[in-house]
Amino acid sequence: MSETADSPVFAPRQGDPTVGDSEAGAQRRRRRNIRRDRVGSVIYPIGMMVTLLVVWEAAARLFSIPAYLLPAPSAIVMSMDSNSAVLIKESIGTTLEILLGFALSVGVGVPLALAIYLWRPFARAVYPLLVSSQAVPKVAVAPLFLVWFGFGLMPKVLIAFLIAFFPVVINTAMGLAALEREKIYLARSMGLGPFATFFKIQLPNALPSIFAGLKISITFAVVGAVVGEFVGGQGGLGYLLLIANGNMDTALLFAGIVALTVLGVVLFLLIGLAERLVLPPHAVEHASFGGETM
Amino acid sequence: MTQIADDHAYLCIEKLSKVYSTRDGEVRALNNVSFTQQRGEFISHVGPSGCGKSTLLMIAAGLIPPSSGEVRVGGRKVDRPRTDIGIVFQSPVLLDWRTALGNIMLQAESRKMNRREASARARELLATVGLSGFEDRFPHELSGGMRQRVSICRALIHNPDHLLMDEPFGALDALTRDQLVLDLQALVSERRMTALFITHSIAEAVFLSDRVIVMTPRPGSIDRIIDIKLPRPRTLAMRETPEFADYSREILELFLARGVLREHRSGAEKESGNERNSGFTRLRTTAR
Repeated sequence: MSETADSPVFAPRQGDPTVGDSEAGAQRRRRRNIRRDRVGSVIYPIGMMVTLLVVWEAAARLFSIPAYLLPAPSAIVMSMDSNSAVLIKESIGTTLEILLGFALSVGVGVPLALAIYLWRPFARAVYPLLVSSQAVPKVAVAPLFLVWFGFGLMPKVLIAFLIAFFPVVINTAMGLAALEREKIYLARSMGLGPFATFFKIQLPNALPSIFAGLKISITFAVVGAVVGEFVGGQGGLGYLLLIANGNMDTALLFAGIVALTVLGVVLFLLIGLAERLVLPPHAVEHASFGGETM
Repeated sequence: MTQIADDHAYLCIEKLSKVYSTRDGEVRALNNVSFTQQRGEFISHVGPSGCGKSTLLMIAAGLIPPSSGEVRVGGRKVDRPRTDIGIVFQSPVLLDWRTALGNIMLQAESRKMNRREASARARELLATVGLSGFEDRFPHELSGGMRQRVSICRALIHNPDHLLMDEPFGALDALTRDQLVLDLQALVSERRMTALFITHSIAEAVFLSDRVIVMTPRPGSIDRIIDIKLPRPRTLAMRETPEFADYSREILELFLARGVLREHRSGAEKESGNERNSGFTRLRTTAR
């Protein structure tokens, strides 16, 4: 039972020379290891990316690949620079669509999951519909939305929502259902009412799962917004991609893709940040690992 | 065999039966169980897996309703979850997002106890089970035995009238079990707690109890009630005494007679696999 036996004491620090000390030493080392891990998790991917870019640049120059096929990274950067105003302007439009679609996903998805969890007949009625809604290729539905809602913001938000709400519903429902019976028994034995049980135990218990759903959802929302712009856009990064494609401006096409990628990553990281603020540290470490490998 | 209900008893279990309906038809988990418990008495239930011991405890806690019969506490019929209890499950059932102290304080918060007093008491309890300095650790930073000790502290912080434990040490290694059994004895005898303790382990039951209730295989009913007249506090060395061995033997004989345990005659003095563990003997069959 000696949990501290495997942690030899370093130079004795101030304070009591008891359990706490060797524990502190172990903790310091653990932190250092974690820091080394973190550094590695930044250095390695950056190194990989830089290598790839260098190879790409070299290949583009060496074999003089035509720019309309594969522009060199330097050309893409130059295109980004000269089109920065357009890129930023269109990014804002797309971001708005993504965020609205995502907000709608959460606003509809979480209550829907609650209803599914709490009300069995509803779950039975809705579940098959929900699953088959995911089997429908959303891109195929996009033109329909265009007919119904015109060319404005609405159809893009709805398509983003349609793609992004499913993971929210599933993960939230799963998280709520994952409550062990013993925790409910425990709550009852302590005299906690259903409301208090929900907010003190069940909801926090479901949060890691919910956040995992949100992370998937936000990346899906990006896809949804772009699909919407492809089909009926008058603006936005998706529309810019179409225009660039039409003009054989492949460098601009790549610039648009880069902008979308950056947008997606930033939004994803924001959800991760929110998660870090809400959940205790260890839960986040697991969740974000799962999220990043996704 | 069973006792007649007497009005002075604290807990009175009367003709309790529980029938579960499953896809394969009805399963009788408990059959006509009656016994009483006095205040300050430590009662253990031993029996094979699936004999309804856990069901019995959950019914006694008012957490699941019996199919027939009733539970009375202090003369009052139990028909809803009891809140005068402290409960410990086989798994620690700690909240991952709360520290050791925070998990114990959940009990205090739920009961709107004075925060400062409760916190002081929680620290005191943690110290009793050897966990001072671990107040701010999260469950994932604690070993299995430490977690279970936190959950025992949580069950005691409000000084419950009745401590209910459902195989609390079932998932722990033999050495940790020994330590926790000693910890539990210290906590319980110091407060003269009334406790119901469910276990697979004959030695645990004999060591801790004033009375051991031996259950039959499913459908669980009471096989025999054995008074344990060993002096307290009990020590680990006491497990080696002839008196202790006699009690263990008595329960073992019952299990052998009921086919819960089978000795293989062919092999020279081989015991039936499970029943051998240097410390507290445990019949390790998958629970539930």
